[in-house]
Amino acid sequence: MNGFFALLRRDLMLAVREGSALGTALGFYLVVVAMLPLGLGPDLKLLTRIAPGVLWIALLLAALLSLPRMFEADHEDGSLEVMATAPLPLELAVAAKALAHWISTGIPLALMAPVLGLMLNLELSLTPALVATMLAGTPAVSFLGSIGAALTLKARRGGLLLALLVLPLYVPTLIFGISAIGFAGIGQDGFAASLLVLMAVSVASIAVAPVAAAAALRLQLS
Amino acid sequence: MQTHSAPFHKTACSTLKRDDRLQLHADNLTVERGTRTVIANLTFTANAGEALLLTGPNGAGKTTLIRTIGGFIAPVSGKIALKGDVSDRDIPELCHYVGHLTGVKANLTAEQNLAFWAEYLGGVSTRSIAERVDDALDAFGLLALADYPAGLLSAGQKRRLGLARLIVAERPIWLLDEPTVSLDAASTTLLAGLIQRHIANDGLVIAATHLPLGLEQPRYLRLGSSAPATDEPTQGAAP
Repeated sequence: MNGFFALLRRDLMLAVREGSALGTALGFYLVVVAMLPLGLGPDLKLLTRIAPGVLWIALLLAALLSLPRMFEADHEDGSLEVMATAPLPLELAVAAKALAHWISTGIPLALMAPVLGLMLNLELSLTPALVATMLAGTPAVSFLGSIGAALTLKARRGGLLLALLVLPLYVPTLIFGISAIGFAGIGQDGFAASLLVLMAVSVASIAVAPVAAAAALRLQLS
Repeated sequence: MQTHSAPFHKTACSTLKRDDRLQLHADNLTVERGTRTVIANLTFTANAGEALLLTGPNGAGKTTLIRTIGGFIAPVSGKIALKGDVSDRDIPELCHYVGHLTGVKANLTAEQNLAFWAEYLGGVSTRSIAERVDDALDAFGLLALADYPAGLLSAGQKRRLGLARLIVAERPIWLLDEPTVSLDAASTTLLAGLIQRHIANDGLVIAATHLPLGLEQPRYLRLGSSAPATDEPTQGAAP
């Protein structure tokens, strides 16, 4: 497992040094959410009602922006080939990279959401629920995204293809994320249930996605 | 080829009894890229303590053969097997693969690059990672550049940093695909010396190269349609 943590540490260090991926994702998130009230007009009731959905969808799109780079850099400089000859199985290497993506992109986006919620007149009492659902749901975004990133590794302008492949896989996360916030808003105990399903989706994707992504990477390397 | 390979197995087994050293044996290997057959019915043996240089014109299948041994490409038929004193690890895990790309991260320093590979590629060693990294940097004359981001290094220096992986983690088989690209004469001599040292320590080197590398007694395996593949490559047959 030394290799797993070595790779995780290296990817996080690179994310900090390069910085552009996180900056782009946060910037995109800010711009999309900021433009929405401009487009819809200053109807506070409407904004309050759609705020959770808007924050979730914009978060998915922002996370999607940085997904193509997950394996691209390592493929371009040849690191991926060397990794394939390491004792650490490629599945665990994918898991380490997806985990690094979640820590460097998913968590910052989730933590930025309440700030952007202010622009959409999100009820302050909903903020903890919003952040909780996003922290529980974003691992699925990174891990499922790794499948798409691996499949589109060599595709030219693979970003759009990646979105087509991956966004449908995000539907369960989106549905249960929004429903959890909905339950929290009306004070029902369905919140816990939805949050647990959200976590289950994340856990399932952590278990399955690395296997699928590693298979796709092996294909790309041959 | 069946009649050909049967007696070969006998000799291989008798060699094994005499000598328990590592041996890489490719049997009747056929590899396709797309629909094109690049390597057809290739049988050869590479022994520990020797360098096998792959020669042949562009497109002869040197890279394909190296990538097949490294486990990136699955052969259509035939197999590659290891004999001798090896653990139960897969062939790729016993190989250092140095391809056309250097595997160097521009945003990490030379030292961080190597420290990562030392940890990631693992391997049993009595010495600490820091010691191994220092040795590897020293071996390739990069010690003075240890704290520079690798992105600022020249192409040749990056190449040397990529090759330093060979030293930082110990592995018996070196697969080198055109290792001398963008290296100057002094660095090429340096690399030849390291290959020689690895061979002397019972390592096995398979390298695709157009240059003679200045090795003492390399064996040559000529690939390509112009010459039939043989399991006993003739010495000094390279151009």
